[in-house]
Amino acid sequence: MNRRSEGSTIIVDKKVVNGKKSDSERQSLIARKMLTYNKRQLTENVTGRTVAMVCAALLVIVVLSITYFIASKGLSTFFVNGVSISEFLTKVKWDPEGEPAIFGVFPFILGSFLVTTLAAIIAAPLGIGAAIFMTEIFPNFGKKVLKPVIELLVGIPSVVYGYVGLSLLVPFIREQFDVLGFSLLAGGLVLALMILPTITSVATDAIEAVPQDLRNASLALGATRWQTIWNVVLHSSLPGCLTAVVLGMARAFGEALAVQMVIGNTTKLPGGLLDPISTLTSGITLNMGNTIQGTPYNNALWSMALLLLAMSFIFIMILRLLGRKRAVK
Amino acid sequence: MRARVMDRAATVILTLIAILIIGTLIGLLGFILTQGWHKLNLDFLTSPPDIVNAGGGIGPQLFNSLYLLVLTMLIALPIGIGAGIYMAEYAPDNKFTQFIRMSIEVLSSLPSIVVGLFGLLVFVNMTGWGYTLFSGALALTVFNLPLLVRVTEDALRNVPRSQKEASLALGITKWRTIVSVILPAALPGILTGAILASGRVFGEAAALLFTAGMSSPNLNFTDFSWNSPTSPLNPFRPAETLAVHIWKVNSEGLTPDARDVADGAAAVLIIAVLLFNLSARWFGTWVYKKMTSGSN
Repeated sequence: MNRRSEGSTIIVDKKVVNGKKSDSERQSLIARKMLTYNKRQLTENVTGRTVAMVCAALLVIVVLSITYFIASKGLSTFFVNGVSISEFLTKVKWDPEGEPAIFGVFPFILGSFLVTTLAAIIAAPLGIGAAIFMTEIFPNFGKKVLKPVIELLVGIPSVVYGYVGLSLLVPFIREQFDVLGFSLLAGGLVLALMILPTITSVATDAIEAVPQDLRNASLALGATRWQTIWNVVLHSSLPGCLTAVVLGMARAFGEALAVQMVIGNTTKLPGGLLDPISTLTSGITLNMGNTIQGTPYNNALWSMALLLLAMSFIFIMILRLLGRKRAVK
Repeated sequence: MRARVMDRAATVILTLIAILIIGTLIGLLGFILTQGWHKLNLDFLTSPPDIVNAGGGIGPQLFNSLYLLVLTMLIALPIGIGAGIYMAEYAPDNKFTQFIRMSIEVLSSLPSIVVGLFGLLVFVNMTGWGYTLFSGALALTVFNLPLLVRVTEDALRNVPRSQKEASLALGITKWRTIVSVILPAALPGILTGAILASGRVFGEAAALLFTAGMSSPNLNFTDFSWNSPTSPLNPFRPAETLAVHIWKVNSEGLTPDARDVADGAAAVLIIAVLLFNLSARWFGTWVYKKMTSGSN
């Protein structure tokens, strides 16, 4: 080490001694350039980093301000107009223009939950079934045909689903059962079709992540393919499949226009699958444009929006818990 | 024996499910396209709608949808890519980063009607603009940011480490490396995501009802100033998009041919969205092949 460094100093000395000044000058110029910061590059680096960080921080700001603004508007029903929270949530009568006005949003909440549950009950077996088909039974056909089909279904806008429901499903139900046609059933079916792709693609990822060794072990024990799927594959991908269903339900709960077009929008409590209902989203969509800002009626609609927001936070919490469970496994 | 029968039965049932889903999509597309096929002519695509009489078209709505798409992407892409760069390249592993991730998660699962209501409150009422295209674009930016950030981050993370290290080893600064080495390599992924986001913008209605509004002024397609109230290019005018139009015609259409208009508009919308999806898919594979110079 020592000798080598001595050698290099000697060479440098030689150059200086030999009078090749230009060489050493150039060298020191490069050395200086390497050792000092380039100011332009430095500012560029710092600005770039800052701009990127501001963009990311913007996301946080947007989420916080959405929560703040909707909460401050939505809470004014209770604090400015003096409606009690428990009455608001549990009363079954919605008569915002009556004297005195009655704000009971229970029919809307019930409607939202019913239609979401119905959609999940229809779509979960189909979606998970399709996911099993794609990963376990015919992977080739699944990847080449079913997967693109599912991806196309994701892309279809919700108003188009609503339009199809309105012009195909509602008349069909009307003729089959001799009722109005606008019903809980129609809403549930339209939503089921909408969330089917979400459930299928997330469940497919979960099932694909099950290690091949587990399947091989089960098959080697003499289990049939279905026994393997049922006892091993589905069992170990259960948190993932649940995540898929909850994601679908979150989407169904917040969907507005497609549902509003086919469920009939009455604030009476439904007696069965074929009765018309209302949901939180359809109530907001229909009335927000016709009410005046600041009136109790309008504020009540904002409270319904706050309920929607709170529900989506709850869905996220459930998803986080499921994710943690998956991570432990 | 019983297990054998169960296995057969399960296979049959699962296959039936797959066939049912494929059949549903074909039926859905077939229904929309056959219903709307006879309306697909130049007159329908370019003429303005008629409120009372039959024979109205969807010209302004189609233009509004496209213009809104451009405006939204102009705002959303820079922010989305910027945030994606931060998340992929800079974000340290700390509480703040976790908080950003949480925010992305929250934003991506917010119902679009809630985003629309937030837009109504902030971009329409607080700014005092009223229902405008620009408010709509901002609301859709909020709606699409999480998707764009996630896509950008994934694309940046998929760039091989060696490329980045080679650039850094040449003494190029980190920011230069990101802009001129990593970002170009990640471009196919980002563009595919952007095209998919465009499809979402084109079909979104709930977030626009109370931000871009449910009506259009009579557009004058010879006037292209930025501030005339009837100019198509003015971003501060109310604008009804195609998706909103479909909803409005279906729920409160007054014309005798409201059903026809809805059929035609739905067909146009579905064709546009399919084009976006197919081009995203085709474009992705095309760029991938170009860049890797081989078959995949």
